[in-house]
Amino acid sequence: MSAATPEGWVAGARSTTATSGVAENAFFEYLLRLADDRLVLGHRLSEWCGHGPILEEDIALANIALDLIGQASMLLKLAGEVEGKGRTEDTLAYFRDTVEFRNVQLVEMPNGDFAATIVRQFLFDAWDVLVLEKLLGAKHESLAGIAAKAHKEAKYHLRHSAEWVRMLGDGTAESHARAQRALDELWPYSTELFLTDDTDRAAVAAGNGVDVEPLRGPWRQTMDRVFAEATLTVPKDGFTPRGGRTGRHTEHLGRMLADMQSLARAHPGASW
Amino acid sequence: MSDQTTTATPPNAAETQWDLWEVFTQEGEGAPHEHAGSVHATTAEHAMQNARDVYARRGKVVSLWVVPMASIVASAPSDAGPLFDPGNDKAYRHPQFYKTPRGVRGL
Repeated sequence: MSAATPEGWVAGARSTTATSGVAENAFFEYLLRLADDRLVLGHRLSEWCGHGPILEEDIALANIALDLIGQASMLLKLAGEVEGKGRTEDTLAYFRDTVEFRNVQLVEMPNGDFAATIVRQFLFDAWDVLVLEKLLGAKHESLAGIAAKAHKEAKYHLRHSAEWVRMLGDGTAESHARAQRALDELWPYSTELFLTDDTDRAAVAAGNGVDVEPLRGPWRQTMDRVFAEATLTVPKDGFTPRGGRTGRHTEHLGRMLADMQSLARAHPGASW
Repeated sequence: MSDQTTTATPPNAAETQWDLWEVFTQEGEGAPHEHAGSVHATTAEHAMQNARDVYARRGKVVSLWVVPMASIVASAPSDAGPLFDPGNDKAYRHPQFYKTPRGVRGL
C-alpha cells in the first residue's frame, strides 16, 4: 500500500519500531481505542432494542449495534493476540474496569431521546467512515481486513444517521427542537475524536494507525452540509471534554458497564 | 418553531402513520424482483433504508425496489370471477398441461 499512501500518513519506521516492546504496547492500546468506541456505542444502541420509535427503526438500530459489536469483537481479539497475555475478546470486553476503557466520551453518553441517539451516531459515523477509509491501508493484514469490512458497514451507518438528522431537524417543531438540543449538548464531545497523543503517533508511524487531525476538515464539511439541510445550527466551540482515550470517563460509562458486564461476571466462563 | 401546540395536541392517526411502501427484493443477477413485504416510511430514501434493514440484511439480496403502496393498482376481490375464472376450463391453455422435456432448466 505504500505507493498509494494517502496524505497525512506517516510512512516508514516499520523496520525499527514494529518489533520493540514499546511499539507493540502502543499498538495494543491503539487497538483498544478502535475497539472500545465500537463496543460502547454498540452496547448503547442495543439498549434501544424493543424500544425503537417504530418497528423498522428498532430493527435498524439493532442492526447497527450488531455491526459495531461485531467490529469490536474482531478488534479486541486482535488486541488480545497482539498483547500476547492470553486475553480473549471476551476477557477484554467483560473483565476490564471503567478506567481501562479507551473509548471517546461521546459514545458513552446516554441514549437520551431518539434525537440524541441519532445526533451522537451522526457525529461518530461521519468520523468513523473517514478513519476506516484510511485504515484500509494498514500494514497489519488483519487490521486492514477488519477495516475493509467495517468501512462498508460504516458507510451505511452514516447514510442512515445523516438521513435521520435531516428528517428530525427539518421535520416538526418538536423534532427540530429536540435535534437542536441534542446537538447543543453533544457537540462539545466531538472534539475528542480529533485529539492525538503518543499512542496514536506510534500507531501511525508503524503504518497501523490513522492521523485524525487532517480528517477534521472533511468531517466538518459533512457536518456543515447535513446540518444546513437539517436547518440545525452548529454550536460555537467552547468547553471540550476529553480524557476517554486514557481512561477518564463520565459517570455514565460505569453504569453502562455494570449492566453490560454483569452476566459475564456473575457466571465466569459461561457459554451457550 | 412557532407552533407551540404540537406537543399539547393529541396526535391523530393521519399525522402519526407514515405511508406504506411495498418492498421487492432480487436474490441474484437476472432473477425476478419478488415481493418481500412492506415498510412504513416518509420518503423514498427512508423507505429504501427501512427495506434494507428489514428485508435485505440477511440473505443474498442484490437489488431492492420500493414502491409507494398508493401507486399500486390492485384488482378488487369482486373482480376475481370475471378476471380469473375464464381460463380454467381449457386445460391445454396452461403451461402445466405440457410436460417439460428432461434436461431443460430455468423454466
